[in-house]
Amino acid sequence: MIILNALITPSVGLIFWTTLVFLLLLFLLAKYAWKPILNAIENRERNIEASIQKAEEAKKSLEQLKSEGEKILAEARVESEKILKEAREIRDKIINDSKKQAQVEADKILANARAQIQSEKNAVLNDLKSQVAALSLEIAEKILKSELSDKEKQRNIVKNLCEQLNPN
Amino acid sequence: MKKVSVIFSIFIFAFQCYCSEPIEQEEITKGQLSISESHHNKKELNISEIAFEHILDSHSWHLWGEGHQAVSIPLPVILKTKKGLVIFSSSAFHHDIEGKVVVEKEGYRFVNYHEKIFYASESPDPEGRYITTGENHEILNDAPLDFSITKNVTQLLLVAGLMLFLFISMARRYAAMGEKVVPKGSASILEPLIVFIRDEIAIPNIGPKYHKFMPYLLTVFFLILINNIFGLIPIGANVSGNIAFTFVLAVITFLITNISANAGYWKHIFMPPGPVWLWPILIPLEFLGIFTKPFALMIRLFANMSAGHIIIISLIGLIFIFKTIWISPVSVAFALFIDILECLVAFLQAYVFTMLSALFIGSAVAEHEHAEGHH
Repeated sequence: MIILNALITPSVGLIFWTTLVFLLLLFLLAKYAWKPILNAIENRERNIEASIQKAEEAKKSLEQLKSEGEKILAEARVESEKILKEAREIRDKIINDSKKQAQVEADKILANARAQIQSEKNAVLNDLKSQVAALSLEIAEKILKSELSDKEKQRNIVKNLCEQLNPN
Repeated sequence: MKKVSVIFSIFIFAFQCYCSEPIEQEEITKGQLSISESHHNKKELNISEIAFEHILDSHSWHLWGEGHQAVSIPLPVILKTKKGLVIFSSSAFHHDIEGKVVVEKEGYRFVNYHEKIFYASESPDPEGRYITTGENHEILNDAPLDFSITKNVTQLLLVAGLMLFLFISMARRYAAMGEKVVPKGSASILEPLIVFIRDEIAIPNIGPKYHKFMPYLLTVFFLILINNIFGLIPIGANVSGNIAFTFVLAVITFLITNISANAGYWKHIFMPPGPVWLWPILIPLEFLGIFTKPFALMIRLFANMSAGHIIIISLIGLIFIFKTIWISPVSVAFALFIDILECLVAFLQAYVFTMLSALFIGSAVAEHEHAEGHH
C-alpha cells in the first residue's frame, strides 16, 4: 500500500527540484539557445526564400535576355538577307550596265570600222578608176594609133559611126 | 548481425538488472525453508513490489548487485527538520530500505522505509524495523521534509546539463554562422525536431502569437523526450513516469495558459455560447475544464511512462513466478516487443504533452472569432 501511495503521491522534494531545474533550464535555454537557434533558422528560411526568388528573377531575366538575343539574331538575319539581296541586285545591275555599255562601244567601234573600210574602199576604187581610166586612155591611144594607121580602117570606122548615128 | 547481438546483449544486461532482486529473494527462501508455505505467497507478492520499487524514486543510484554486495552511487540526503537542514550521504543506510538501519545525525535518528525517510522509532518492531505501524499497516512515524538529491533529481540535473550543453553549443554555432548555417552532427537530429515543434505544434495550435511560447514548448518537449529515453536505459531513472515531475510540468502549462489567456477565453468560460438557462450547467463544466485539462496532462504522461516499465518488469517477473527458465523466451520476446514499443512511446508522449500544452495555450490566446459561429 505504501508503495502504491508513493507512486501517486508527488513528493515535495522532487516537486521542488523539478520546479527549480525546469525554470532554470527554461530561462537559460530560452536566452542562450532557443532564441539564437530559432533566429538562425528563421534567417536561413528567409535567406532561402530570397535566394529562390532571386534565382527565379535571374531565370526570368535570363529568358528575357535570351529572347532579346534571339530577336536581335533574327533581325540580323533579315538584315543580312536584305544586304545580300541588294548586293545581288547591284551586281546584276552593274553587269547589265557594263554589258550595255560594251554593246554600245562595240557598235561604235564596228560602225567606225565600217566607215573606215568604206572610205578605204572608196579611195581604192577612186584610185582604181583613175588608173583604169589612164590605162584605158593608153590602150585607146595605142588602139587608135594602130587603127588610124591605115586609110581603110579609118574609113570603116567613120562608116560604122555614121551607121550608128543614122537611126537618130 | 553484429548489431543484433549488441542489442541483444544490452537487453540481457537490462534483464539482469531487473532480475537481480528476485534472485536474492530466492536465496532468502532457500535459507528459510522452514516457512516455505507461507513464504510462497509472499514471494509472488514481491514481484509487484519490485516492479513498483523500480519505477519509484530512490535515494541512491543502484547499478547492480544485491544486499551488501550491491554497487550503487550514493546520493546526498537533504532533510528539512525543525532544527534546520540535515545533510548526509545515502550510503549511511547501507542499501537498507526496510527501516532496519538507523542513521543518527544532528541529534535525529532516521530510517529509510521504502525510499521514504522517517524519524526512527525508539525500538525496533518484531521484524527489526524501526517504524511503528498502525492497524491498517499505515506508518505512524513522523517524516522530515525530504529535499534529497534523489536518483530522479540526479537524472533531471544530468538531462538538464546535457540539454544546456547540446543546445547552447548548437546555438553558438548557429549564431556564428549566421544565415548560412547548415545543420551538422547532433544539430541535424535536433533541428528537424525544433522545426517540427514550431511548424507542426506551435503554429497550427497557437497561431500568430506562437513565438512567445516556443521556449516553453521546446524545453518541455526535449526534457520529456530525453528523460523518456534515459528511462528506457536499464540503470536510468523513471523521471518522466514520476507524478511529481509531470505535476510540475502540468502546473506550469496551467499557469502559462491562464496567465496569457485573453478576455475571449474567460468570456467563453463564464458566458459560454449557448442558451442562458444552460449556464448553471455549462459554467461549472467550463470552469472545471481549466483544471481537468492540465490534470489529464499530468496523469497521461505519468501513467504512460510508468505502465511501460511495469509491463517490462512484470514480463521478466514471469520467470520468477513460474520458477522456470523455460518461460524466459516468452518473457524476452514480449519484453523486447514492449521495449521497442516504449521507444515509440518515448517520442509519442513527449509529442502529446507538448502538443496538448500548445493546444491549451492556443485556446487561451486565440481570438475567439468562432464565438459568432455558435449563434
